Amino acid sequence: MSACPASLLKTTGLTKKYGEALVLRDGSIEVQAGEVHALLGGNGAGKSTLVRIIAGLVHPTSGQMEVNGQAYQPKSKRDAESVGIEIVQQEFNLISTLSVAENLLLTRLPAMGGVIRQKGLHRQAREALDRLGLHEIPTDAIVETLGVGQQQMIEIAAALYRQCRLLILDEPTAALSHAESESLFSWLDKLRAEGVGIIYISHRLDEISRISDRISFLRDGMMIGTYQAAELTTDEMVELMTGDHPHHEPREQSCTVHDRTADYALRVDKLSGGMVDDVSLDVHQGERLGIAGLVGSGRTELLRLIFGADHASSGAIYLSDDPTPKRFSHPREAVAAGLAMVTEDRKKNGLLLPQSIRVNTTLAAMVKRFSQSGLIRFPAENEAAEQFCQSMEIRCTDIEQATGTLSGGNQQKVVIARWLATDASVFLFDEPTRGIDVPARKRIYQLMETLAAQGKGIVIVSSDLEELFETCDRIAVMSNGKLVKTLQGTDMTHDAIMQAAFSGYLQQEAQA
Amino acid sequence: MSSKSIQGMLVQYGGLCLVLVIMVGVFSLLSENFLQRATFTSIANQIPDLTLVAVGMTFILVVGGIDLSVGSILALSSAVLGALMVDAGWPLWAAIPVCLLTGALCGLFNGSVSIGFRIPSFIVTLGMLEIARGATKVVTDSQTKYIGSKVEVMGDPLPYLQLSPAFLLALAAVLVGQFLLSRTVFGRYCIAIGTNEEAVRMSGIRTAPYSIAVFTLSGLLCGLAGIAQTSRLSSADPNAAIGLELSAIAACVIGGTSLMGGRGSVVSSFIGVLIISVLQTGLAQVGVSDANKQIITGSVIVVAVLADALRNRFGK
Repeated sequence: MSACPASLLKTTGLTKKYGEALVLRDGSIEVQAGEVHALLGGNGAGKSTLVRIIAGLVHPTSGQMEVNGQAYQPKSKRDAESVGIEIVQQEFNLISTLSVAENLLLTRLPAMGGVIRQKGLHRQAREALDRLGLHEIPTDAIVETLGVGQQQMIEIAAALYRQCRLLILDEPTAALSHAESESLFSWLDKLRAEGVGIIYISHRLDEISRISDRISFLRDGMMIGTYQAAELTTDEMVELMTGDHPHHEPREQSCTVHDRTADYALRVDKLSGGMVDDVSLDVHQGERLGIAGLVGSGRTELLRLIFGADHASSGAIYLSDDPTPKRFSHPREAVAAGLAMVTEDRKKNGLLLPQSIRVNTTLAAMVKRFSQSGLIRFPAENEAAEQFCQSMEIRCTDIEQATGTLSGGNQQKVVIARWLATDASVFLFDEPTRGIDVPARKRIYQLMETLAAQGKGIVIVSSDLEELFETCDRIAVMSNGKLVKTLQGTDMTHDAIMQAAFSGYLQQEAQA
Repeated sequence: MSSKSIQGMLVQYGGLCLVLVIMVGVFSLLSENFLQRATFTSIANQIPDLTLVAVGMTFILVVGGIDLSVGSILALSSAVLGALMVDAGWPLWAAIPVCLLTGALCGLFNGSVSIGFRIPSFIVTLGMLEIARGATKVVTDSQTKYIGSKVEVMGDPLPYLQLSPAFLLALAAVLVGQFLLSRTVFGRYCIAIGTNEEAVRMSGIRTAPYSIAVFTLSGLLCGLAGIAQTSRLSSADPNAAIGLELSAIAACVIGGTSLMGGRGSVVSSFIGVLIISVLQTGLAQVGVSDANKQIITGSVIVVAVLADALRNRFGK
């Protein structure tokens, strides 16, 4: 870093707190003009938070930023754009019903007296696309008729068109084909030559070592360090991301080896559908199987396929000792067969927020336990709700309190109570403790242990490796839609999991 | 339990009843003819059709849908009744099932198309509004079918009670509807679907049959309302009940049913019907012109929704 040009962007000690959760503890990064600066880290390391702060989308709790030596405190994305900082995020911000040209020039449509000047619009849009080598995309095409890769390129073209000095790309190649990625890389080279600074986030380590000049590593919200890309192998990158975690003591196994030959609770055989590709796994009664992997590796999708929430194209599911292969076409069939699923986003597809704890708790077992010939058995319903509130320590005024007014941890307990009421034999948990305080988290771990002791099969998807270590007997790792490895006992280490989690993306690169 | 439920009812219906009582009070002061038994029996005998339709509409709004075709379905059911009795000479008891079936089938169509093809119910029922109205004109040849005394039994006030069988039927529908919504699994699922359909699906419940059943129920109640209206007018009028969907939605909304789904009460909708009809009757007695009646009724609807929105915002 000696004798380098003045830094384009410098941040020192940025932090971000959401409630009690500190998602970014020390976001310090320094980006020079004319470099591709990669940002690496595991799930929840704080990469997205850091770049969103830089782009003015998130306000830091504390810390300083400088652009070209000048103090920089963006209040909005607009402020960031005014100093030439552009971000292209994972989710598209395009308006799908408008044309390519209108999207590109949305904030500065050429107009006279409020009427759009079509000629000028399409000429300017053409220039922006041609600059990226996107000669084949017509400027009058409606965005929703284009493929995901082309939409991604338009998003990048729009950012570029606004004459940026610092471009932030968050997982830009996730949706791109090989050829599209290649054209993006050659274009990044051009931008670099023009003196634009680029912050680049990706899971694909091969492409990072290929295109970036320097790499900064974030771990648990802390900036670990910045390295010259040429000096690191991909293995060393993984090591830097995971760090030297204290070797966790392998938990006392709740299933002994003897038990492992016990009856299956759930067996998944070569299940495919959507991005999930040929996944097989098994969970024994009384066992807790963790599923690790990067965000977007297909973990949630796998659970949804098993549960019948999405359509599986091939493969089969076996439950307990029933030899008949099953594939559920609706969660109703899965629930009837004894499955339960605690979804990732409890507000979106878990809870009925305006409704009471009572109504939420009894929803899934309504027919089975809380009604008789179509009539609700209110005494039974009240009793069950009261009982769950007590046994799960749900903090509330009474069972009539709307779940929307509960804290995150208590909301999650209500969702779990709903499934406990069904007396399911297999529980699928998707990010069961996201955004939940420590006491509630401990309570949920206890519950999982109790369920396991009762002989239930449990599958836990989590981005928090510590959580998986604490709760699981075995950990399966997904990468790029495939289940790449299953670890148990002393093999369950940060390194082994991270290596496996990135492996699917490396292989794809090699094949391409 | 009982004192708790009485308290609950006061909280739930107290405000609406208060509004109703105040309106009656104000009209009694403004017009000396208002506070008489005749006023109330005439209101009671006018509202069965709107009440029946509002019961169905409450369920539709609770599951998060809307039904714009209720007026047309009512008219079509009534036309079928008229055509069968006048042109084919059927007796009332034989024509009633066909009339109800007509309404239910229209509702089934609304529900199946809207849920099955994931088309907003606003659009499907807007189409049905035209289809059923057109069919009404075909069935009646655009002529009012005068049936006369054969059908009046439903609308004529009973001796002593001074209330018509149609009104008693509507009242029964309100009570049964409220029971269905608040005490049965069906009602619970309707509320849940209107609150968060995806959460209901992920809880292992098929939502489509319930939503379709609700639309069918609304159609059936429109058929019943068609009978009530035919008996009150002694005839089947092809232009009957135009704009009824708006009154029904207004009654539900005044009663506090959410247009976003997930919240509603059949009894509250019924009180909404009463508020609208007391307002109409009272304003007419006071001598307000039709034009001003419209302005006032419209304002009441907006104020009701506004009060509801404020209650939601500051109540929590």
